[in-house]
Amino acid sequence: MKLELRGITKSFGPLVANDHIDLVIEPGEIHALLGENGAGKSTLMNVLFGLYDADSGEILLDDEPRTFSGPRDALGAGIGMVHQHFMLVPVFTVAENVMLGHESTKPGGVGMLDLDAARQRVRELADRFGFELDPDAVVEDLPVGVQQRVEIVKALARDAQVLILDEPTAVLTPQETDELIGIMRQLKEAGTSIVFITHKLREVRAVADRITVIRRGAVVGSASPEASETDLASMMVGRAVSLSLGKAPAVPGETTVQVRGLTVLDANGSAVVDDVSFELARGEILTLAGVQGNGQTELCEALLGLERPAAGSILLEGNELVGLSPKQVLDAGVGFVPEDRSVDGLVGDFSVAENLVLDLVHTKEFSRAGALDLAAIRKNADHRIQEYDIRTQSATQAAGRLSGGNQQKVVLARELSRPLKLFIASQPTRGVDVGSIEFLHRRIVAERDGGTPVLIVSTELDEVVELADRIAVMYRGRLVGIVPSDTPRDVLGLMMAGVPHDEATAQAAEHPTEAGHE
Amino acid sequence: MTAVDTRAPAAPPARTEPLTRRSWRAPIAFGVLGLAALVLFGLLGKSGEDTTFVISTDNDWVQIGPVSVPSQATAIVLGVLMLLLAAYAAWRAWNRQRPGVWVAALFGVLWVLSFLVWAVAGKSMSLVGLLQGSLILAVPLAFGAMGGLLNERSGVVNIAIEGQLLTGAFGAAVVASVTHSVYAGLIAAPVAGLVIGSLLALFTVKYRVNQIIVGVVLNVFAVGLTSFLFSSVLKPNAATLNSPPRMPVIDIPVLSGIPIIGPVLFRQTLLVYLLYVAVFVVTVALFRTRWGLRVRAVGEHPLAADTVGIDVQATRWRNVLLGSMVAGLGGAFFTIGSVGAFSQEMTAGKGYIALAAMILGRWTPVGALAAALLFGFSDKLQQVLGVLQTPVPNQFMLMLPYLVTIVAVAGLVGRVRGPAAAGEPYVKE
Amino acid sequence: MSDEIVGADASPTSGMPEPERAKAAPEEDRGQRALREIVSGDIGVSVLAFVLALVIGGLLIAFTNPEVTAAAHYFFAKPMDTITAAWNAVWDAYAAMFRGAVYNGQADTFQKAIRPLTETMTVATPLIIAALGVAVGFRAGLFNIGAQGQIILGATVGGYIGFAYSLPAGIHLLLALLGGILGGAIWAGIAGVLKARTGAHEVIVTIMLNYVALYLLAYLLTTDKFTRAGSNQPTSPGVKETAQLPLLLGDWSRLHAGFIVAILASIFVWWLMTRSVLGFRFRAVGSNPHASRTSGIGIPTTIVLVMVVSGALAGLAGGVHILGTEHQLTGGIAGSLGFDAITVALLGRSRPLGIFFAGLLYGGLNVGGRVMEAATGTPIDIVLVIQALVVLFIAAPPLVRAIFRLPTPRAAVAKGAAA
Repeated sequence: MKLELRGITKSFGPLVANDHIDLVIEPGEIHALLGENGAGKSTLMNVLFGLYDADSGEILLDDEPRTFSGPRDALGAGIGMVHQHFMLVPVFTVAENVMLGHESTKPGGVGMLDLDAARQRVRELADRFGFELDPDAVVEDLPVGVQQRVEIVKALARDAQVLILDEPTAVLTPQETDELIGIMRQLKEAGTSIVFITHKLREVRAVADRITVIRRGAVVGSASPEASETDLASMMVGRAVSLSLGKAPAVPGETTVQVRGLTVLDANGSAVVDDVSFELARGEILTLAGVQGNGQTELCEALLGLERPAAGSILLEGNELVGLSPKQVLDAGVGFVPEDRSVDGLVGDFSVAENLVLDLVHTKEFSRAGALDLAAIRKNADHRIQEYDIRTQSATQAAGRLSGGNQQKVVLARELSRPLKLFIASQPTRGVDVGSIEFLHRRIVAERDGGTPVLIVSTELDEVVELADRIAVMYRGRLVGIVPSDTPRDVLGLMMAGVPHDEATAQAAEHPTEAGHE
Repeated sequence: MTAVDTRAPAAPPARTEPLTRRSWRAPIAFGVLGLAALVLFGLLGKSGEDTTFVISTDNDWVQIGPVSVPSQATAIVLGVLMLLLAAYAAWRAWNRQRPGVWVAALFGVLWVLSFLVWAVAGKSMSLVGLLQGSLILAVPLAFGAMGGLLNERSGVVNIAIEGQLLTGAFGAAVVASVTHSVYAGLIAAPVAGLVIGSLLALFTVKYRVNQIIVGVVLNVFAVGLTSFLFSSVLKPNAATLNSPPRMPVIDIPVLSGIPIIGPVLFRQTLLVYLLYVAVFVVTVALFRTRWGLRVRAVGEHPLAADTVGIDVQATRWRNVLLGSMVAGLGGAFFTIGSVGAFSQEMTAGKGYIALAAMILGRWTPVGALAAALLFGFSDKLQQVLGVLQTPVPNQFMLMLPYLVTIVAVAGLVGRVRGPAAAGEPYVKE
Repeated sequence: MSDEIVGADASPTSGMPEPERAKAAPEEDRGQRALREIVSGDIGVSVLAFVLALVIGGLLIAFTNPEVTAAAHYFFAKPMDTITAAWNAVWDAYAAMFRGAVYNGQADTFQKAIRPLTETMTVATPLIIAALGVAVGFRAGLFNIGAQGQIILGATVGGYIGFAYSLPAGIHLLLALLGGILGGAIWAGIAGVLKARTGAHEVIVTIMLNYVALYLLAYLLTTDKFTRAGSNQPTSPGVKETAQLPLLLGDWSRLHAGFIVAILASIFVWWLMTRSVLGFRFRAVGSNPHASRTSGIGIPTTIVLVMVVSGALAGLAGGVHILGTEHQLTGGIAGSLGFDAITVALLGRSRPLGIFFAGLLYGGLNVGGRVMEAATGTPIDIVLVIQALVVLFIAAPPLVRAIFRLPTPRAAVAKGAAA
């Protein structure tokens, strides 16, 4: 089926998310939609899927103009979508999720569900593409990679002829990504067209037949998979970007952070952080690499005192942090940038000024005898807004209204605005525009150069490699190894799948993985 | 690949063996309660008294004479049995197992029995009357709870059950009075409930006002409206507008003659039989049909439902209206189902107990019915004991449903987990 | 936190009017804010919501009025009769309400004319204080539906100290008020502790505690300590004069020093929520508990503190009510104060100044309603209908705008699109 978008425009208030976008997806091709976070890719696909109404423009299927007033129309027309945030009901089984919305019912006309038919359909599709899927497993118990397959099966079960994959690799290991690429190729063989939305250059080059690049809501051009990464990157961000930060080598000082045998259990008693040990010196950056959900979040929470470890110790300049409350840990000189800033980093309804003192408001600087010192809070805000180039109308604007990059600057400004003995930042640039990424990275390196031990947690391999003085790889709660920052990407990729460093080096030499090419 | 199969396994990753903690909550609770019963009802109970339970009615096929037991000795025996159950639960806990529902249920029955033996010492009480009355009092609670869960399963919190019961009671009384027909009243009750339901849907679904706020305010509105109409219209015209006939008791042939069960379950009004049907139909509809699957999807993850083409807002509208009709039907109990005439604020907080029954029943119709029966039982017991002049102040009996609910939501008797999206308006571009 | 009855993330503020959420900045100039509210149409909506509620109330009054019904029988012969009768019924009722609530133009002395207003202030006093408590909860993201129970406990403890002990004037009053505060604080604290420790939803727990409090008081009133000697009526002895709140205007009015307490409480809550570190934390937790937690704010502690402060205010309201107005404990001491307080807090948009005026408005409706009932026979329950409708309409500005065919303000368009 040929899919064509003509002149799609969609604005949210003053923000134009899609500006006259034209796009043609030929039958049986894998068409990559490349763009930065916030470039408007997801908006475009939500328009196509009928979740958003476009302000103008038209959608054509096999040259017939169609209007989709909701997902039902899009599904009916043979368009399926695997959303970035899975659209699965966690408490339902795989079969129930797959059948939802187009349920097969038993004869009799009263709408009794025919679960057996649904189970059969799931098995059939899973078999055809060669993976296992238990139709009766409850979705919330499944690992993310499997949940994604449920999403794909869900779309295929409706005979989708065009499959939209929205950032499908964000939560996958490089090896799982390879498998997904395999599935995509099989689908293509079977005649399904695929729209592959991503901001990862390497994957695009590995799998796409054609590439369309979107920047700030508009199509800026198309490219072939043969184009170099640097070319694609500069198209994506609009200027020639140097992909490396060019930071000075680290000058590590005395080792002040010692984590020993840290173990965190989840509610079921399984170890989500399993006997993790590492050391960190003043003036160095240790990055923690790993696919999302391998215990990094819990490790950070344990370091901050949000989660009480079952075993292990965290020494900061000789003082034990285990057992302290988050407030005590912060007061001990730990700065923390959480991975999800809009949830954990900012109070969206609060003003920028208030957010800049969120964890400092009880200090002498900003309050006296339980009363806020509004003048000091205001002065601090003016100072930080200038220092960190935070683009806001005023210090009183609600922080939730700022762009992602500026929100992150607020969090970073707050956490770096006091003398630190340890700085932890999780996903410091997720969902941030390229200009801000550079700024944020430079601030982090500056903090290192000022002599603070820095721990960065990132699932973006690019960021890991860019910032690291040393790299620790985490897999299923354990540290697979701590390696130098010049370790090849495919070795890192294998380590992220749990392969020890030596083995990974050997394997990488034998079988270069597709996503791991440099 | 030699060392590692990079095909990620479909099964969950083999993590370290879960170290389930031993949960001592249940054995400790059983132990304390059992010991309290043993001491209070047994050892400190009145010695030398007998407790008499009447278990037959005149219409049963088989007549069983009243059963008399020595109060103190029986309570002691029951107390010891309870402690044995506690010991069993402790043994299960040591082996990292849960004690099982039947243990809790049996424990509850024993505890209540020992309490009854103690409270009725030296007197006589009709067991059939107690159970029959419990079921009757459970009717509005069960209907209300089902109305509530139909709402909440689709993601709309229904605090307004109280208001729906009240308008249902009002509508049933007025229409039954005017038409001289209880059946017309029975149809009017759900329609009256619909008044509150459509306001609830309008404000929560369409205008996305906070659901708890709307619920609380609608209860005030229902009290105001029915009281106003009562004082200004019903009172001056009581003979024509507020003298409804009452629902007759219908004996189900054969079944109603079974001892104990017959009179309790099958010698009731049509409303009770409707309740049986409603529990069955809602259970099947919610868990076995396409409609139910979609409703639950909307209540758990509305966006996911939307992406497969389910109209979230329409589903919620339908369910809120349907739920209000079920709750409204339950309201008919207060007037044509029992006393007849409507009076101001006659639901007296039963809607909130229905809300509690819904939670305690974990958002399932059968569970809600069980919880409603429990609350109905404690209410009836309070009435019976009040007449018998027993040592427990009846205010404490009246408190019981509310206390049980607090204990339940505090997770002391297991976690309750409601529909994930309940309370959240669905906002779509 | 999905294991709760209502979604844990259901922010209570999401149901409130938009500016409620956007206005987080403490240093924003009040004049600017007021101006913006008028421009964006919120005050206009409030006024229209009130008018709309009065109109619907008026329709109810007209439809149920016997003279109107009588005239309606020959509506087609003389339609003006029906319309005139309806107009008269509504006008008489609302005029009586105004006379009873604000100023009685028919009275012969100024004192008598102004007495209704002082009565309104008296009735509004506990409403304002309790609504402040509810509002503290709202702004910290907690639905304290249990003001009713907390008022009962406050009145019970405060009243008990007031009638059971003999102490010097002043100290006695102070202790009784403190007792009221403590009673309410503990009662709400139960819900707070359960929420903090087990995640039990405060809406359910506080609703249930309302009934527990009701029956607890009913039980106490059957005991010797709480009943008058030799009486088996469920009525307590009178509060001793040393524990009574002094009258402000002399014998001709019931207005007592509790009104000053209400003003002080309003100022206190304003300071607490906008100028104190504790209030900053309350608001932070209410707005985003996750970020608050990451910033070192102890969520369980904060939840308990919020409930304690909220309950303390409700308890104070109960204490003020018995020590200033009622002077004796009865089973129905709290009336529907606790539920009215919720609507007052909503109407006042959880802001102290708003609550102060909303409380006066509600007090006026209640007092005026009584006079209306006596003078015209219109049941006072119409007041409940009007009160409920006002809150509903205010919570849904788009509905009010649609009814009055008002254009949607530009700010709302942008906000709606960004959502």
